[in-house]
Amino acid sequence: MLLLEGVSRRFGNLAAVNGVSLSVEAGSFVGVIGRSGAGKSTLLRLINRLVEPSEGRVSFHGTDVTALQGRALRQWRARSAMIFQQFNLVPRLDVLTNVLIGRLSHHATLPSLFNRFTAAERTMAVESLDRLDLTAHAFQRADTLSGGQQQRVAIARALMQDPAILLADEPIASLDPRNAACVMDSLQSINRESGLTILCNLHTLDAARQYCDRIIGMAKGKIVFDGAPAALTPAATRQIYHVPDGEDLSESITSTIRRPVRQPEIAVATA
Amino acid sequence: MPDTTLAVFERSYAELRRARRARTVLGLLLFVVLFAGSAVIGNFNPATLVEGAPKLGEYVGRTLPKVRWDHLIEDLAYWFYGLPKWLDLMVETILMAYLATLLGSAGAFMIGFFGSRNLTPATWCYHLARRVSEFFRTVPDLVFALIFVFAFGLGPLPGILAIAVHSLGANGKLFAEANENIDMAPVEGLRALGANWVQTMRFAVVPQILPNYASYVLWRFEINVRTAAVMGFVGAGGIGMELVTAVRSLYYEDISAILILIVLTVSLIDIGCEKLRHALIGREALT
Ligand SMILES: Nc1ncnc2c1ncn2[C@@H]1O[C@H](COP(=O)(O)OP(=O)(O)OP(=O)(O)O)[C@@H](O)[C@H]1O
Ligand SMILES: [Mg+2]
Repeated sequence: MLLLEGVSRRFGNLAAVNGVSLSVEAGSFVGVIGRSGAGKSTLLRLINRLVEPSEGRVSFHGTDVTALQGRALRQWRARSAMIFQQFNLVPRLDVLTNVLIGRLSHHATLPSLFNRFTAAERTMAVESLDRLDLTAHAFQRADTLSGGQQQRVAIARALMQDPAILLADEPIASLDPRNAACVMDSLQSINRESGLTILCNLHTLDAARQYCDRIIGMAKGKIVFDGAPAALTPAATRQIYHVPDGEDLSESITSTIRRPVRQPEIAVATA
Repeated sequence: MPDTTLAVFERSYAELRRARRARTVLGLLLFVVLFAGSAVIGNFNPATLVEGAPKLGEYVGRTLPKVRWDHLIEDLAYWFYGLPKWLDLMVETILMAYLATLLGSAGAFMIGFFGSRNLTPATWCYHLARRVSEFFRTVPDLVFALIFVFAFGLGPLPGILAIAVHSLGANGKLFAEANENIDMAPVEGLRALGANWVQTMRFAVVPQILPNYASYVLWRFEINVRTAAVMGFVGAGGIGMELVTAVRSLYYEDISAILILIVLTVSLIDIGCEKLRHALIGREALT
């Protein structure tokens, strides 16, 4: 179980995450929604310590994650795998190497520099590539793949880390609707089949409703909603997205990706 | 558009132009003053130039032997009588440059990671790396060569070390700057999966910068061949020793023969390296 207690992060005067307390059950698929700048990415980065908290505590199965240093911290990062909006693969390396890199935290520094991985690790890599339907592309350079394929490579790499939890920071925000659905389906099947806990930032309400069994709404660094998708009433949605009462809240507003809220006519709804 | 908006725009546009013109005039003035100042201080006197120019031609004329068409082979053989020895020394010169480039670039490779703001593990590492490479490239390589000759004695070794040290400084800066222009997304990805700093450099940074580095190393090699050719002036190996002996002993024809050899070799290496670099860059542009 992942536990956050009064976690805050300030950048100068701005509280990007402000006193967030939260517990995530093992095996759940949690969606985090909110407007741009609400603090969703910062929240996820506080969990794997890509961002250091200003105050508060993150713990996992009783271990205080915020106190970890050096090797122990790197091991925790391996256990809390992360995937990104821009995939963050190494573009010049082939797909197989990109996936094998997920094992780096298990290797001593010097031998790992020579790009040598064990037969067991290669088998594991082929299995996770197969699971994401990517075996045909194993020897292709990562930057020659489509966005959806790259994100699936990133998921395959995450699986190599033998993670206890998967942090996904807007995994579908750069993808077209079909690729987005494909990536979300992959995450869902991994969650259902392996019981991997998933914490996923999403820009789009519809995706959150469709895939998550719990939704957390953030606004200005605070949690303003926490409940089942069915409990997400129009009033709650208004509060998350700061839409004043009486103004029309269309589903497309909340599907907008990095565009002003007032221009729904150019919004593209994603699957 | 209301007229007032246009008027305001016109006014600020005129102001902007005035400011730009003032800057240009100021810049020109500064240039003229600096030019005149340095000419006076450096004793740059056109009269001296005019007076000395014919002597230049005379000197070159004296170094060229008489080569007759009907005795071409004999005359050339006479002119280049030292060819076997000079070729040996030329090879030594190239090898010196090669070794020094390898050593210096290896050092620069290491220092480049510490000396780039986005990758350095700690601010003090950044400053240390930057200052070290600054020092190594600002001290002239001949000065390093003199010091190393004093320490290790005459021969190619001090020359190699001197060029290597200078290359480390020069390429250290270039590499660090190349590192600062990389895409940081893979670095973040590696950090997030629990890789340590060295592993992150190896897998997220090196694949991105390798083509760039290769191009810089080839370029440095071109420069180093030229430098290695004059290392002999201070007794630090290579063809330069032979050249400086010829100059001092007034063996005029040797001077021209050796200079021709050096120019030919350096040009050949420049052309070769440039071809290689273009091939590298060209391939990069395609993929
Ligand atoms: N490294 C940083 N330095 C300064 N400010 C930051 C930094 N990272 C985030 N912020 C600020 O913190 C706030 C929350 O940012 P965060 O990236 O967590 O939002 P988000 O909900 O993920 O937004 P988006 O949907 O645009 O990704 C923003 O106002 C952002 O400008
Ligand atoms: Mg974000």
